[in-house]
Amino acid sequence: MAKIVAGVFTSHVPAIGAALDNGKTAEPYWQRVFGGYEKSKEWIEKVKPDVCIVVFNDHATAFSVDIVPTFALGCAEEFIPADEGWGPRPVPVVKGHPELAAHIAQSVILDEFDLTVVNKMEVDHGLTVPLSLMFGQPAEWPCKIIPLAVNVVLFPPPTGNRCYNLGKAIRRAVESYPEDLRVAIFGTGGMSHQISGPRAGLINSEFDRAFLDALATDPKKAVGIKHVEYMREAGAEGIEMVMWLVARGALDEEVNEVYRFYTVPASNTAVGHLILENKVA
Amino acid sequence: MEKPEKEYADIPGTTIFDADQSRKGYGVNMFCMSLLKADNRAAFKANEAEYLKAFNLTPDQTEAVLKRQWNRMLELGGNIYFTSKLGATDGLSFQQVAAMMTGATQQEYADMMLAGGRSVEGNRRKSEWEHKNG
Repeated sequence: MAKIVAGVFTSHVPAIGAALDNGKTAEPYWQRVFGGYEKSKEWIEKVKPDVCIVVFNDHATAFSVDIVPTFALGCAEEFIPADEGWGPRPVPVVKGHPELAAHIAQSVILDEFDLTVVNKMEVDHGLTVPLSLMFGQPAEWPCKIIPLAVNVVLFPPPTGNRCYNLGKAIRRAVESYPEDLRVAIFGTGGMSHQISGPRAGLINSEFDRAFLDALATDPKKAVGIKHVEYMREAGAEGIEMVMWLVARGALDEEVNEVYRFYTVPASNTAVGHLILENKVA
Repeated sequence: MEKPEKEYADIPGTTIFDADQSRKGYGVNMFCMSLLKADNRAAFKANEAEYLKAFNLTPDQTEAVLKRQWNRMLELGGNIYFTSKLGATDGLSFQQVAAMMTGATQQEYADMMLAGGRSVEGNRRKSEWEHKNG
């Protein structure tokens, strides 16, 4: 039987990918960011997930304003890193797990979560930056990846509660898959940031730290945060944090906090990172 | 029945990209989306006004794009994840575009970020900005 072994939560700031790709990781500004992921890289090398489900958002790359799926699950064999206007990131092609992905899609749809199945999708920094942070710069990514794209570009995104419950449905789906697979689930995006308009540059560390605390010890508190509160308190684009709740929902209510890291800024954004594991029964 | 005020309408310095904005800005965003292809970036660079004709922009939207009025593009229905592709075409990073929208120089903006970013205090509601400016 497949099982969810851990949740990884991290920002996916594009400038982090650019810094890595352009060999700037040793600069003090970027060392402050990358240094916070050294322990995480060691941890994931030990945990060795077979599959990572990566909850992320597309930033007008695969989806324009023509089609805006609220939840879209990547069921393809592979996903090509996209050209986001600066040229594609020099990272490995993302290999999917079409069988498990199709199983999850069928299972959650019958569980009344009507997500969109995507059989072709280029993936942008929202997906590849978290992989780079956790796995560094390998020739191939060390595991299969199932992308789950969540709309947070066109208001309204799904509610925190909906995201959390989808996470629970995904867990049920994974646990009903017959093959023994170790699955990690990533919640990405955030933390506080606003990159649009005259209020750009907004950071709210107090909000972010309280969100990290809630995620670790009292997820229901985070689930209750309303869209307008994210936007007002954590910046218009801070609403990306709802995606962390999908991953959180796939874990037990009580978890062990393995690791936490927080720093301001990476470019325009507060960088938050958390690793949670289910308690061993 | 009158349309109720949007609950996020009183967040200052912010245009939330909702269905109304999306409808208004369809052409702006699809133009920006076209810039994901290198050939299109080259064609746009070669003759910006001519290239824009294919996207049915309003005169205001056309002017905002040609003059790189980043905030006005958002007000006229653009979304930052789309307009940033125009920034990329100009060789600008997200942070450079963000700095322009705040009216700061890039150095001032980068310094503000390094010092912890723009505080949420005084930046939650439009009434706080009116107070600041008046």
